[in-house]
Amino acid sequence: MKKTIGKPVLAVGPFHPLQEEIEFFQLTIDGEIVTDIDVRISYNHRGIEKISETLQYDQVPFLVSRICGICSASHPLAYVQAVEEMADITPPDRAMYIRTIINELERIHSHLLWVGLGGHFIGYDTVFMWAWKYREPVLELLEEITGNRNNYGNVKVGGCREDIKDEIIPRMLKELETVERKTDMLTNAILDDPVLHARLKGVGILTREDAIKCAVTGPTARGSGVDIDVRRDDPYAAYSDLDWKVIVQPEGDVFAKAVVRLLETFEAIKIIRQALNKLPGGPIAVEVKDIPAGEAVGHVEAPRGETFHYVRGDGGNTPVRHKVRAPSYVNVPSFAASCIGQSISDVTLTLASVDPCYSCTERIAVIDSDNKIVCDYNMLVKLSREKTQRIKEESGLEGITLKEE
Amino acid sequence: MSWNIWALKKSPWVFHVNTGACNNCDIEIVNCLTPKFDVERFGIKLVGSPRHADALLVTGAVTAQARPRLEEVYRQTPKPCVVFAIGACACDRGIFHNSYHVVGPVDKIIKAIDPDAIIAYVPGCPPKPEAIISGVVKALAVL
Repeated sequence: MKKTIGKPVLAVGPFHPLQEEIEFFQLTIDGEIVTDIDVRISYNHRGIEKISETLQYDQVPFLVSRICGICSASHPLAYVQAVEEMADITPPDRAMYIRTIINELERIHSHLLWVGLGGHFIGYDTVFMWAWKYREPVLELLEEITGNRNNYGNVKVGGCREDIKDEIIPRMLKELETVERKTDMLTNAILDDPVLHARLKGVGILTREDAIKCAVTGPTARGSGVDIDVRRDDPYAAYSDLDWKVIVQPEGDVFAKAVVRLLETFEAIKIIRQALNKLPGGPIAVEVKDIPAGEAVGHVEAPRGETFHYVRGDGGNTPVRHKVRAPSYVNVPSFAASCIGQSISDVTLTLASVDPCYSCTERIAVIDSDNKIVCDYNMLVKLSREKTQRIKEESGLEGITLKEE
Repeated sequence: MSWNIWALKKSPWVFHVNTGACNNCDIEIVNCLTPKFDVERFGIKLVGSPRHADALLVTGAVTAQARPRLEEVYRQTPKPCVVFAIGACACDRGIFHNSYHVVGPVDKIIKAIDPDAIIAYVPGCPPKPEAIISGVVKALAVL
C-alpha cells in the first residue's frame, strides 16, 4: 500500500452501499479534493484459469460464463473462438448470426444497467428505476431463447446450443420496437435534463492522451475519442455482414460515456433487427471430433471493452493453459488519471463510469495450504523485477535498463 | 415466538454481501427492488449498513480474502439475523468447488462463528427474482 502518512485517508469499501462487489479504494484527500487514489482488489479471485485446466474443452464455456454475470455471453464466445481457431473449425452461418444476436442483447441489457446505476450513484433514482424497468423485456427475450435470464451457456465449440425458433422472431421484433421506443424516451430525457448536465458534464475527464496511455478499451475509450471497436477492427460472428456504426464521443467526461452507451444501445437494436431479418437457415453446430495441440487467441467486444482469451492445448481433452484478460483490468488503472483533482462526491461516479467489473478483473493471490496469503502484490512486483534482472544478467543485456516512470 | 422474531418478520431490512460472486445473483437481487418486482411494497428494504440489517443476503462462494470480512459483517448485525445464501455458489460453492482460493460455502463460515445462526438457502445460477422473493417469504413463514 502506498505511504500516506500525515494526510487524511478516506476508505471506500470493501463493503460499500454503492458497490455491488467487494473492492476497496483508498482516497487520499485534501479538504474535499482527492489527491491520490489506491485501488485494492482480489477479494473476488476464484482461480478460474486454474479450474479451467481441470475441465474438458466443452465444459469450459459454462465456467467462463461465470467469470462475470453481465458479460456471460462475451467470455464464452472469446474462449470458443480461440478453440475454433486452434482446431480450424468454421461454425455454420446460422450459429454466427445467433451468436451476434445474443451478444447484442447482452449489450443492451448491460448498457441500460449501467445507465441505471449511474443515475443511482448521483442520487437520481428515477433514472435507475426507469432504466432497469426497460431492460426487463430484454432479459425475457434472452430467457426465451437460451433458457436463462443471465448465464446463457449458449455457445459451444463448433456452434450454438439453442436455436432461435422461427415462430418467436416476429415477437422478438415487436419486443425490440418497444425497447427502442422506451430507450429513445429515456435517452431524450437524460440528454435534456439540466440536473444530469450539471452533475455529469466536465466530471472525471479522461483525456484522449491518457486514454491511449492507459490502453483503455470499450465505451471508456470511445467516450474519450479513441476510435476502437473489435467488432469492426477484427470482425467475428456476423458483424461484417451487417450495417452499423461505432459511436465515438471526444469529450472524455462521464456524460460522454453515458452518451456512448445510450447510442450504442440503438446500434445494438439495429444489429439485432438486421440479423433476425437475414437469419440464414441450416444447422446451428458442426460436429467436433478432437482438438489438436496448439495455441490460439480469441477476442470479443464485451459491453465493457475487449475481452481476450488465450488457450493452449496439448492434444488432450482439456486445455493446458487458459489465460483471460478482461476489459476492466485495463480500465481500472485509468482511475488514477480521471479521479485525481475531483471532489469526493464526484469520485464515486467517476469510479462507476468505466462500468468496472471486479469479478472479471481479480488476478492473483498466492496462498499456502492453510489458505494464508503468503505473497501479495508488492511481493509479486519485487519477484518479477528480480527475475527480469536475473534474465538480463544471464543474457548479457544488463546495459539495457527500463525507463523509470 | 419471541417478540424480536415477530418484529423481524414484519418488515425485514436486508444488507447485501458479495463474497466473490459473479455479479449475477447481485444483479437479480437489485432487480427485485426495481419496478417489475418491487419488494419494497412488502417492507423489504436494502440498507447501507449491517448494523441496520435484519437479514443478510450473501452471494458468492466466499474467497479466502472475503472470509474475514463476511465474519465481521455477521458480527456487526443485531441478532437474531437471518442469513440468506443466494445462488448455487453461496449454497454449496457451485462450479468453483475445487478452487484453491474458495473457502466457502457460506453456512460453514457462519456456523463456525455462531452455531445458532438461522440460514436459508435459495439455489439457482442465478436464482430468478421470483425465486429470491419466494425464498424470503418461505423463510419468514417458518421462523
